[in-house]
Amino acid sequence: MRSSKLISVVPRTLPESHLYSFHFIPTLRSIDFFQSLSAYVAVSMSRQPYVTGTSVLGLIYEGGVLIAADTAGSYGSTTRFKSVERMKAVSNNTLLGASGEISDFQAITQLLDRLIVADAMWDDGNDLGPLDIHNYLTRVMYNRRNKFDPLWNTLILGGVKNGVKHLGSVSMIGVHYVDNHIATGFGIHLAQPIFREEWKENMTLEEGTRLLEKALLVLFYRDRSAINKIQVANVTEDGVHISQPYALKSEWNLEAFKNPTASAAGSW
Amino acid sequence: MSMVFAPRLAESAPTSHVGASWSPYDNNGGTCVAIAGADYCVIAADTRMSTGFSILTRDYSKIHHITEKCVLASSGFQADVRSLQKNLDARHQIYQHQHSKQMSCPAMAQLLSNTLYYKRFFPYYSFNVLGGLDNEGKGCVYTYDAVGSYERSGYSSQGSGQTLIMPVLDNQLKSASPLVLPPRESSTPLTESEAVDLIKDTFASAAERDIYTGDGVEIVIINKEGIRRETMALKRD
Repeated sequence: MRSSKLISVVPRTLPESHLYSFHFIPTLRSIDFFQSLSAYVAVSMSRQPYVTGTSVLGLIYEGGVLIAADTAGSYGSTTRFKSVERMKAVSNNTLLGASGEISDFQAITQLLDRLIVADAMWDDGNDLGPLDIHNYLTRVMYNRRNKFDPLWNTLILGGVKNGVKHLGSVSMIGVHYVDNHIATGFGIHLAQPIFREEWKENMTLEEGTRLLEKALLVLFYRDRSAINKIQVANVTEDGVHISQPYALKSEWNLEAFKNPTASAAGSW
Repeated sequence: MSMVFAPRLAESAPTSHVGASWSPYDNNGGTCVAIAGADYCVIAADTRMSTGFSILTRDYSKIHHITEKCVLASSGFQADVRSLQKNLDARHQIYQHQHSKQMSCPAMAQLLSNTLYYKRFFPYYSFNVLGGLDNEGKGCVYTYDAVGSYERSGYSSQGSGQTLIMPVLDNQLKSASPLVLPPRESSTPLTESEAVDLIKDTFASAAERDIYTGDGVEIVIINKEGIRRETMALKRD
């Protein structure tokens, strides 16, 4: 299914713009300025993330790939935004999910939009698949790391092309791999062990979703930056479907949580 | 982005780093081994990829076939390893266009050294072992450090399990001193299947004590018939 958006402005920074345009406009990147300045003064370019997303989980099932994440955007220890889209369809058979700095994720999705448009404009009957986009993102992240100016994300890329399912991860310094089940951030510690125990080949959509929800529930209980508002995306050869946000059923009516100050010394 | 201006002194300028620091490097672990024989070469690497105390995946290949007769096994920082492999592939393609033939293993060995040294001041954090057959069809193994210093030898190991495996290989394979007269062959007097068995034993041993080595070992054997691949499971703890 092709996107029905009408593109009225040709992006100025298409990846292959050197093939179309003979006007090279050099941009003064801040890094160039500081690198030349550093000959005279000591300059530090350490970055830090501001609004961040927590874990993203993914697994392969019989019909394609399932990827899930919550919709929280944390600002340090505050849950600042509770309706953040941390997963986006890249094309009709590929989905990108990200943890880490939200603004960097948004910059990456803009970059991928331009890439997909440039590729579609060739109109040659072949479009970029999930493996190609995974490789492209690896190169982007690695090259930014080489310039000491990373995009502060761990990305999860999943999709199906020609019946072949693909699920992979790229970190902010370019470390990348593919597997049948993937997680970022806290998910590596809490969700992957569950997947390693319970994932199997050719799970149904129902089984896969239940397994993801089980892991997301554990993350909600144990990851303080997680919230109970999640989205699950289903990527198949035919299309990408991201669910509306919904909550998981969680249990807080345990004895230890009732009247928590009952046995605390000096409580009043 | 945060930055601080401070006057640069002769030795070092005072700087202050605000915010979370990050390292451009990570060690994704793993061990690589190669053994050269009279007419074969065996190259092996484990299949575990880690970060910190976590396992990222149990099934990642550290072995890269660069030419028909030359195989590179690398451990260390995976992003740098992959970038290095692509770099060598590109250079090899150009060589083939210009010379109408594949690069020999000794030629690739020199190219790898030069490529690593090119980034002497922002190194590829990659610990390599190159294995294959030389121009005479004899097995050859080249071993490297991260900045390109290299040596041809009969056997080598690199990576997180290097210190556990190398002494075992020395014990089983070390030949007489090169000063001995008459001069002795530099490559090891093992048969191909003995070499493969030795590799399996050394990996199983390394996996016991090195937390970054385990899950599985991938073994590639090059001889005049071609290239063959075997795998063996390792402990997953």
